[in-house]
Amino acid sequence: MDWQAIWLSVRLSVFTTAILLAVGTPLAAWLAFSRWRWKFLVEAVVALPLVLPPTVLGFYILLAIGPRSPLGALYGKITGGILPFSFQGLLLASVLYSLPFTVQPVASSFASVDRGLVEASWCLGASRFATFRRIVVPLSRRGIATGAILSFAHTMGEFGVVLMVGGNIAGVTRTVSITIYDQVQALDYAAATQTSLFLLALSFLVLAFTYAFQRRVWNVWPMS
Amino acid sequence: MIVARFAAVAGMVALYSACGHPSAPRKLSIAAAADLQFALADGARQFHQQHPQTELAIDYGSSGNFYAQIRNGAPFDLFLSADVQYARNLAPDAVFIYAAGRIAVWVPVSSKLDPATALRDPSVRRIAIANPQHAPYGRAAEAALRSMGLYESVEKKLVLGENISQTLQFIQSGAADTGIVALSLALAPTVRAQGRYWEVPVSAYPKIEQGGVILKDSLAAREFREWLLGPSGRSLLKQFGFSLPGE
Repeated sequence: MDWQAIWLSVRLSVFTTAILLAVGTPLAAWLAFSRWRWKFLVEAVVALPLVLPPTVLGFYILLAIGPRSPLGALYGKITGGILPFSFQGLLLASVLYSLPFTVQPVASSFASVDRGLVEASWCLGASRFATFRRIVVPLSRRGIATGAILSFAHTMGEFGVVLMVGGNIAGVTRTVSITIYDQVQALDYAAATQTSLFLLALSFLVLAFTYAFQRRVWNVWPMS
Repeated sequence: MIVARFAAVAGMVALYSACGHPSAPRKLSIAAAADLQFALADGARQFHQQHPQTELAIDYGSSGNFYAQIRNGAPFDLFLSADVQYARNLAPDAVFIYAAGRIAVWVPVSSKLDPATALRDPSVRRIAIANPQHAPYGRAAEAALRSMGLYESVEKKLVLGENISQTLQFIQSGAADTGIVALSLALAPTVRAQGRYWEVPVSAYPKIEQGGVILKDSLAAREFREWLLGPSGRSLLKQFGFSLPGE
């Protein structure tokens, strides 16, 4: 079993989920509450990774972060390194790829918070930010948890994008899904099955635990 | 996977004019290694001219994937593998060797590197090769690096493409500075003008023998095999950067 690859995938998924919660939550709040006329354009951009084939997305990301692109050149100037074939590059790609998986559930749960409660909070003198932090976020915790779980799971199983920007370096960009693919390609079906079963079991356990945990939370603070 | 279907107008005309005679066009479906893409694009046209009654449907892709698909009942008539071993596993006695792959160091036109010395250049940060674990060109590239005494010094710079086209993509996009690709790719019409290459001496790596096998016997399949192994097929393969069996 390639523990190095499994550990890499877990790390990548944890970091991706953390970044997505930090970046995706404000974006989701803006999408849920903004009345801007062209908001639908932003919504469409956020949802694009759902539609584009991962290899296409991965190819564009490779071009966009390569040393010849403005972003890649800037990164090279600051750090002296290059983004493709690095963990940071993979992280950036994963964040883009899983963006809708965080933003959509979070935005829809923000939007479904009772408007009366929000306005009551304003009337009692709480600022917009305090209202968001103390009313909207706690009432949306299920949506936020769903977004986090989906992003984590989506990154664990990510393949096409990693294939396109990763370059298959052991311990840096060779994630577990790439390992399984390589094993299948090398006709080592026994090892591929073993790794796949492990991934299946791990994913199931993570999901089952999180849903079980959510249920307990739900029992203590009934939401609807 | 790219599907090239040669159900040309000529074929339709032949079908109509043949209404009186019972000679419907024969279909031949071929699973071909991705490195044959450019050679066979021309080849299919030539073959169709010589054998207008046969319609070719060619799927290009990874030989390992085709192997797994054929094992599980994919309905191909003919399999042209990039690695003779896959063909041998399917039918040890019926394999025919049609070509051998060659490799080359490739740099984009915009690069300052000289392809002949690029692998030794200290300014190079990333070198792309195909994955030696399963891609025959990757195995050859690794063997060539070892026999040229470069493997230890470049090992940390290697990035692995899933197949030889993706390896080229890594270099084209600038993400890798240089790399080792199939000569057939470096010579491909769409790639030729985009870069410079240096062919790795064939003595530096074990021969990448490409083998084919007829999966479903038919007259059309045998005709195609004869054509590929005959003078037209040979000159075409040579022109597109392959060595020929017996040379």
